Amino acid sequence: MGAVLEIADLQVRFATPEGEVEAVNGVGLTVQPGETVGIVGESGSGKSQVFLAVMGLLASNGQAAGSIKFQGGEILGRPASELNRIRGARMSMIFQDPMTSLNPYLTIERQLTEVLVTHRAMSRGAARAAAVDMLERVQIPEADRRIGHYPFEFSGGMRQRAMVAMALLCQPELLIADEPTTALDVTVQAQILALMAELTRGARTALVLITHDLGVVAGLCDRVLVMYAGRIVETGAVRDIFHRPQHPYTAGLLASMPRLDNDVAKQLQTIPGQPPNLQRLGPGCAFAERCPRVMDRCRVERPLLRLISGPGAGQDGEGRMKACHLEDL
Amino acid sequence: MGPPLLSVRDLSVHFHMAGSWLWRQPAAVLKAVDEVSFDLAPGETLGLVGESGCGKSTLGRAVLRLLPNIQGRVVWLGEDLAKLDEEAMRQKRREMQIVFQDPLAALDPRMTVGEIIAEPLRTFRPDMSAAESKAKVQAMMAGVGLLPQQINRYPHEFSGGQCQRIGIARAMINEPKLVVCDEPVSALDVSIQAQIVNLLMDLQRQYGMSMIFISHNLSVVRHVAHRIMVLYLGRVAEIADRDQLYRNPRHPYTQALISAVPIPDPDLERAKARLILKGDLPSPLDPPSGCAFRTRCPKATPLCAQLRPELTPLELGHRVACHHWDK
Repeated sequence: MGAVLEIADLQVRFATPEGEVEAVNGVGLTVQPGETVGIVGESGSGKSQVFLAVMGLLASNGQAAGSIKFQGGEILGRPASELNRIRGARMSMIFQDPMTSLNPYLTIERQLTEVLVTHRAMSRGAARAAAVDMLERVQIPEADRRIGHYPFEFSGGMRQRAMVAMALLCQPELLIADEPTTALDVTVQAQILALMAELTRGARTALVLITHDLGVVAGLCDRVLVMYAGRIVETGAVRDIFHRPQHPYTAGLLASMPRLDNDVAKQLQTIPGQPPNLQRLGPGCAFAERCPRVMDRCRVERPLLRLISGPGAGQDGEGRMKACHLEDL
Repeated sequence: MGPPLLSVRDLSVHFHMAGSWLWRQPAAVLKAVDEVSFDLAPGETLGLVGESGCGKSTLGRAVLRLLPNIQGRVVWLGEDLAKLDEEAMRQKRREMQIVFQDPLAALDPRMTVGEIIAEPLRTFRPDMSAAESKAKVQAMMAGVGLLPQQINRYPHEFSGGQCQRIGIARAMINEPKLVVCDEPVSALDVSIQAQIVNLLMDLQRQYGMSMIFISHNLSVVRHVAHRIMVLYLGRVAEIADRDQLYRNPRHPYTQALISAVPIPDPDLERAKARLILKGDLPSPLDPPSGCAFRTRCPKATPLCAQLRPELTPLELGHRVACHHWDK
């Protein structure tokens, strides 16, 4: 079976009053059926823009170029009418803030059954039964009564569970979750993550998890892509990324997190400086100014994403790549 | 240990919510903070953790008397703050400062960085000459990792991490004895969080101020705090020294919080024992009877619904409010 999603050489540009911003530059990735892929990066790294382009949801001043194939068919640049046959039915997206992604004027029932009535041509009654069943599976108490409520009557965790239910109702082949638990409390985050893992695994849904939280990625993902300043800087199997990071940025991120399983250090390691301004990127590596291993070459020549060979490739070596001039970290 | 800097006894903050005849809502009392007591030593950092709505931010503001309707006692170096008149309280504020979560929102966009950082100087030391004030501001900017030549820039020209440094410089300029940090790194990128955490700890080493560090991030709190207080629906669930709390959490809620923190290591994260709580935080307007945590607690018994557990001292300042902590 082929890849669910195949992105090649994706560019996303935004026209702003201060000039053009290259938010995503030359990004390529594939997602296989049933696989869970983590996309890690800081604000401005372009991680969300890649998948807004996939969903055809870029802001109006944004322009995407390159290729995005869903189940082998090109979807980039297709009209909304054509995308609507895929969006919500075969691929869905969950956003960070559940309050702003639910319509406050409609009951949960109206919002959940809409996808089934539109995409599956179900009757209202059958759609309601399926929606109640799904709400029960995401552990909404008294789902049969609660389905008549409005979003404001739900707590933050319940709203996000309703979003998960809505996204999975049509059993999509691809679920994109953009910081799905960032706005939630840690105990609720644990519930939602466990739920998403269980439901996608059961239905063989491929899951793309966009997050800045390396801990969440460690628990859930098979493969990880690290983005910085609009480009992919490292990819690999989850254990290789965490145990043998090969890009100085990935290594820096891992080292700068205080963690519960280590002894308390006097000082946290840091990545010095600030993320770069995307409008003023030089010819070299975007991370060069903050990199502890910077060489002269890094400032003039942008490193291309290349396969890692040798001991750095790690154990689950397939698809192990980095964009760095260093041979070994 | 000498006398505490701050001694808080039975502090409560109750908000009276107006009822609505139209929506058939009776008037209600929201107990955002309920009978909280603790001491804070000079140079000590107390971490306040808990989920949204647990009262941690309200408690931080109540200690600084930034809220109305505060009951209980806040004793500052032996002096009851409630008994001070307005002017005396104003003078005390020089020694107590706060750093907010959203660094850009906490800064006036129409003031230059220099004016923002100098504002506490103008308020509390109006006699200081302009030259002296500027020198002090520039020294403080250098101290928090900002370039002193950027003194005439405006907040929007800085990144989130740099804005947080400006907020910290403003809080530190009068060398306060207490700084309340309300989620100071939560809005920042991971690579910037560590910079700000290190800065706060460096400043504490240099100036010796006490800190109340409010955060929902248990990994960060463990790194900065000497002692940690866990709040649930406005009440103290557990309080203990840092190492004691993380090694030996006694309250089921603390145990669940710690077990829910993801570990950035695929092998450990997938192998660890999880205590996943059921359900959501109950409404603080209508908290459960007895122990407020009982509706989500894996150890709950009928006793928990009848009787509210008191905060019980265990060993070495470790206190826990649970009927079943030893089971």
